[in-house]
Amino acid sequence: MIILFGVFLLTLLVITALAIVQTESLFAAVILTGIFSLLMAANFFLLDAADVALTEAAIGAGISTVLFLGALALTGERERGKSTNRLIALGVVTVTTLIVIYATFDKPRHGDAEAPVHQHVGPWYLEKTPELIDIPNSVTAVLGSFRGYDTLGEVFVVFTAGIGVLFLLSARSAARPESANPSAEPGQGLRHYLVPRVVGRLLIPFVFLFGLYVQFHGDYGPGGGFQAGAIIAAAVILYALLEGEGQALRALPMDVLKWLVAGGALLYGAVGVAGMLLGGNFLDYNVLASDPIAGQHIGIILIELGVGITVTGVLLCVFHAFAARGKL
Amino acid sequence: MAIDIISWILLSLGGAFVFIGGLGALRMPNLYTRMHAASLTDTMAAVLIIGGIMLQAGATLVTIKLAAILLFLLITSPTASNALASAAILSGLHPEEGKIDAREQRE
Repeated sequence: MIILFGVFLLTLLVITALAIVQTESLFAAVILTGIFSLLMAANFFLLDAADVALTEAAIGAGISTVLFLGALALTGERERGKSTNRLIALGVVTVTTLIVIYATFDKPRHGDAEAPVHQHVGPWYLEKTPELIDIPNSVTAVLGSFRGYDTLGEVFVVFTAGIGVLFLLSARSAARPESANPSAEPGQGLRHYLVPRVVGRLLIPFVFLFGLYVQFHGDYGPGGGFQAGAIIAAAVILYALLEGEGQALRALPMDVLKWLVAGGALLYGAVGVAGMLLGGNFLDYNVLASDPIAGQHIGIILIELGVGITVTGVLLCVFHAFAARGKL
Repeated sequence: MAIDIISWILLSLGGAFVFIGGLGALRMPNLYTRMHAASLTDTMAAVLIIGGIMLQAGATLVTIKLAAILLFLLITSPTASNALASAAILSGLHPEEGKIDAREQRE
């Protein structure tokens, strides 16, 4: 039965991908990309990767659609004329497809327990998680503790991406200081429009609550800092869409956002350094409390908090950078 | 057993409503009638399907979560439909009035 769902979803994915390539309206393409991400999230869920599914749904279908729409508002909705090198493109695609198909011949069967990926360190993680870390969600244990270095790297990738976007997009607004005048505020949002505003205002607190739940429930179920950061950023973006960007900036000024971007990554690093100062290795949480398992819990909660703060800050900075470009 | 039968009926009815909604979204002549058909999917069908799953889940935490999802859907989907229709009117697509023949004359 599951294989049937899988085939169905994958077929829909291919159809959506073809539609994205075919359509000339960029607006339709953005919406189709959102649908693609949602289908992908369902697919991940079928493969029992609930954490990845949650991330894909929150970031792929949610935030990136909003960012794409923000970018479209700055450019245009129609695709410019097609490039003439279609034969070369066709050749590249064909060759790549053939290589990928050839590579799948070496792939182990789907769900094969003997596959190398299930034989390497995976069994050890699954076996040792209850003993060493004692949290139900072994994904969080792997992500936060066993592979803490990798996650630290990911947080700094997000951090770097945020800095890069800020550099690229806010370059011109610095050159034109008069646009920073708060009295000339074009972004009024949907203030004139009653129904979404009432419903949105009703929902925002619950979205925040759900974000906090995802953040702090990551030890026990699917979730964690990346997903929670995206959800909380989505709540603030909803507020910005309803009440106008200026109002959102007054609630969470850009300076605060920059502190969030840096502070989350800093918190993560500080947990690692605290481990060193207390006599362990970098990112060794065992020494954070007298009981090693309690230390692991504290460490994972703190680094997940750092991840969540940085992701929220970066996503909001990117959103505001796009929105501020529109005013120029 | 009785619960299984009721939940089966609810799920089948929900599936039927999704099908009708999809059919309507494809076959209806203009945006507003299509939205009318599609909104069937996210109100009636959602109530029936989630109701069916709730019966399957029984008196557990899952049922409460499903109820929360249902409440969320019932609040947000009509809002989305409203926003879509309002955006269509703002962009200048006014609902056609008059008889159905108007469509055939145009074709």
